[in-house]
Amino acid sequence: MKFGVVVFAGSNCDRDCFHVVSNILNQDCVYVWHKEKTLPPLDCVILPGGFSYGDYLRAGAIARFSPVMNAVREFSDRGGLVLGICNGFQILLEAGILEGAMRLNACGSFVCRHVNLRCENYGTTFTRGVPSGKILNIPIAHAEGNYYAPPEVMSSIERNGQVVLRYCDVAGNVDALSNPNGAAGNIAGIVNKQGNVFGLMPHPERASEAVLGSDDGLHIFRSILKQL
Amino acid sequence: MKRIGKIFILPKKEVLDPQGKAVTSALHSLGFAEVVDVRVGRFIELALNDGSDERVREMCEKLLANTVVEDYTLEIVFEG
Repeated sequence: MKFGVVVFAGSNCDRDCFHVVSNILNQDCVYVWHKEKTLPPLDCVILPGGFSYGDYLRAGAIARFSPVMNAVREFSDRGGLVLGICNGFQILLEAGILEGAMRLNACGSFVCRHVNLRCENYGTTFTRGVPSGKILNIPIAHAEGNYYAPPEVMSSIERNGQVVLRYCDVAGNVDALSNPNGAAGNIAGIVNKQGNVFGLMPHPERASEAVLGSDDGLHIFRSILKQL
Repeated sequence: MKRIGKIFILPKKEVLDPQGKAVTSALHSLGFAEVVDVRVGRFIELALNDGSDERVREMCEKLLANTVVEDYTLEIVFEG
């Protein structure tokens, strides 16, 4: 399987993603510079975390107009797999490829710590390898992860099973105490209607080796491989 | 004559504004008890050599505001 990791000006998790894909998953991986107008032949595009364009204006607001994003949109329209992590998720929201928007964290500050996540839909390409009932331990690191969608969008993504990950406690209870950023419905990750685009605030690439304290992120990466 | 586009962006009323909440409580702790609510947004000034309200509105819709969570108002003033 061939992966491409997009490098925006200000990406800082591009190498982590490349490392996991090529050295842990043993898959082909290439970097794609954000000025590129076309993508090489790929099975999955990763939009990595970071602070593209310094998060100026709003996180992801300027990166969404990078030339490569037209190619990413065409790729996803054709059914190609797109994984947006943290800033990548924010870019997908700003681009309208995923529904909703990010607000500043409700606590008013940058939050960087491990969180517990409950998988809400084991049927997606990105989660079909997650063991049933498994609570994933994966870190977050963001200031704008407070997911919001208007009521009609919230009810449609809930109804369609597009809410894939929720923040929860270690036992899997979804409540206000386990919500690190104020996200509506404790939402940590969603897919598009077609299920081929996944955006999440937690960083699975930072939890893909036991030496890092958790390798739960591998469940997400391995799900992608299982599909193709 | 120079044209200046002034754009005021605020979080939508129904959207939680963490900065506004923090500033409200800071003002309260400084004794400004009359403050009921604060909303913190962004003011953008554009120097224009041409352009209509419509063009500036398009800039707001495309880039300057995220209309999922923000409202904006704009005015164009002439200077010089």
